[in-house]
Amino acid sequence: MTTTVSQARLDLESHERPVVDKRVSAREAVGQVHDRDVLAIGGTLYSRTPMALLFELLRSGRRELTISRSLTCFEADLFFATKTANRLVTSWVGIGLPWGLSPVVRHYVEAGLAEYEEWSHLALGLRFKAGAMGVPFLPTMTMLGSDLARRTQTATVRCPYTDQELLAVPALVPDVTFLHVHRCDIYGNAQIDGYAHMDADMAKASRRVVVSTEEIVETEALIATSDRTILPHFAVDAVVEAPFGAYPHECYGRYEADTRHFDSYVALLREHGPDEGVRLYMEANVLAYDDFAGFLRQVGTERLAELGRAARELTS
Amino acid sequence: MTDTTAEQHAGAQVPPRDVTSEELMTVSASRLLADNRVVFAGVGAPLVASAMARRLQAPNLTIVLEGGIIGTQLRAGQLPVSTNEMRAGYHASMFTDITDIFLYAQRGFFDYGFLGAAQVDRYGNINTSFIGDSEAPKVRLPGSGGANDIISLCNEIFIVTAHERRRFVDRVDFITSPGYLSGGTSRQDSGLAFGRLTKVVTDLALFDFEPETHRMRLRSLQPGVSVEAVKQATGFPLLLADEIDEFAPPTAYEVQLLRELRGSGAVSA
Repeated sequence: MTTTVSQARLDLESHERPVVDKRVSAREAVGQVHDRDVLAIGGTLYSRTPMALLFELLRSGRRELTISRSLTCFEADLFFATKTANRLVTSWVGIGLPWGLSPVVRHYVEAGLAEYEEWSHLALGLRFKAGAMGVPFLPTMTMLGSDLARRTQTATVRCPYTDQELLAVPALVPDVTFLHVHRCDIYGNAQIDGYAHMDADMAKASRRVVVSTEEIVETEALIATSDRTILPHFAVDAVVEAPFGAYPHECYGRYEADTRHFDSYVALLREHGPDEGVRLYMEANVLAYDDFAGFLRQVGTERLAELGRAARELTS
Repeated sequence: MTDTTAEQHAGAQVPPRDVTSEELMTVSASRLLADNRVVFAGVGAPLVASAMARRLQAPNLTIVLEGGIIGTQLRAGQLPVSTNEMRAGYHASMFTDITDIFLYAQRGFFDYGFLGAAQVDRYGNINTSFIGDSEAPKVRLPGSGGANDIISLCNEIFIVTAHERRRFVDRVDFITSPGYLSGGTSRQDSGLAFGRLTKVVTDLALFDFEPETHRMRLRSLQPGVSVEAVKQATGFPLLLADEIDEFAPPTAYEVQLLRELRGSGAVSA
């Protein structure tokens, strides 16, 4: 059973949120996540995914999570095939057209081993926004008339003023949200550059929030660009320093996605099938290392620098 | 179909054998977009067609992408694969968040919604969720993404897709994104008060929708394509407009522009 907005509110009122140093290791941070939790994952598709935190969670042996984000990339494969998650709440899953359908998601969903609960992109965004607003639902005109509304058994409401019929999208309150940001101070004031995705709403809706960051900065360093701060310290529970923490996904202005990494992952699945392909990927990229820094050393500074140059060129 | 802009850039027409069916479809799609409009474009052919239109008849066409991107200019040879990556926002005038960009659509700011389709039926309903029964699917497709929202909330919607019998089905297995549902007034009756699907463009033809029944109706043919060929590639009985005309073939300029955008080399003609 997922948390209601009222429970989430009482939860917030039940504890203080002092201005303290919240830095922890990725390993400590994933301790926030328990079996069967609902985990929201910031960024979207292959942009600003908190990959360092996800890889750590995949090493932790958690079970039966529900994972949710608006567009889901190959992390869904890893979560399903390792049995870390058995339910996905999203609007789309895959890497992108050139890489085709995910054989892993297909296998798990078609065989009934995992559930894919599909919402439209906006409907899912409004579910997080309702949670962020502390209200149990939001009315919208999207998804009406479709089989998505029928299949998710989403109710409609009538406007008490105009009698217009609207879809009533239920709030989604994650137990934990993982985000990756560009910079953050030790208290959790978190800044991003470029695309905001749904991160702020996810985090505000969530019971607990873990932020990984490209760099930890002094609070003073945030002041000149405080319009880019997407979350205040009191909405953040833990801060993890993780340079290149979204790799192989992109981080706006910092590094492009490593599409060669996607290519070799998809080649593994083609050669070995969904389960064995993911097992080999996990072994070589996740389980072989104690932490994300180890994985990045294998990628190499040269490749990371190359992706960095491409990103700066695109955004300058 | 007459097209003055294409004629302005006329020059030589490209011999049909040198143009792929995908290029033909994309060029035709780009001609649907008028200047001074706002288009909410899906990735792939809709986005490429929109980028072409901006460089031809519609320099003030504002391209919006679901990554929260407004007014992107796109860099030739570096088109994005996803609407949420850095390449998608190249030289854009504004970024907002994802939910907000769709709320602009719900508010009614977006003149055009422009989509592809894995499977489409005679009422323009799109399926990108399941092949077969949704409870025990033969194939689990990727899902809606923003397509459901774009088709539900934008003012005028165009679909661009390859014309194959397996795509053009009588009834979609699952309505991911609602066209006219079961026809007639059923779309409006469902609460979708706004938005109308007006055109489906393919590598074989252009369709509109019959005003009463909202059935898809053949309006124009791609150069050299017969009505019979369209019938063969369509999985439902073909409704014909009173007059059926023919698209002007792509000009050398259009094809060159398309290939520059895609980074797929110069036109051979």
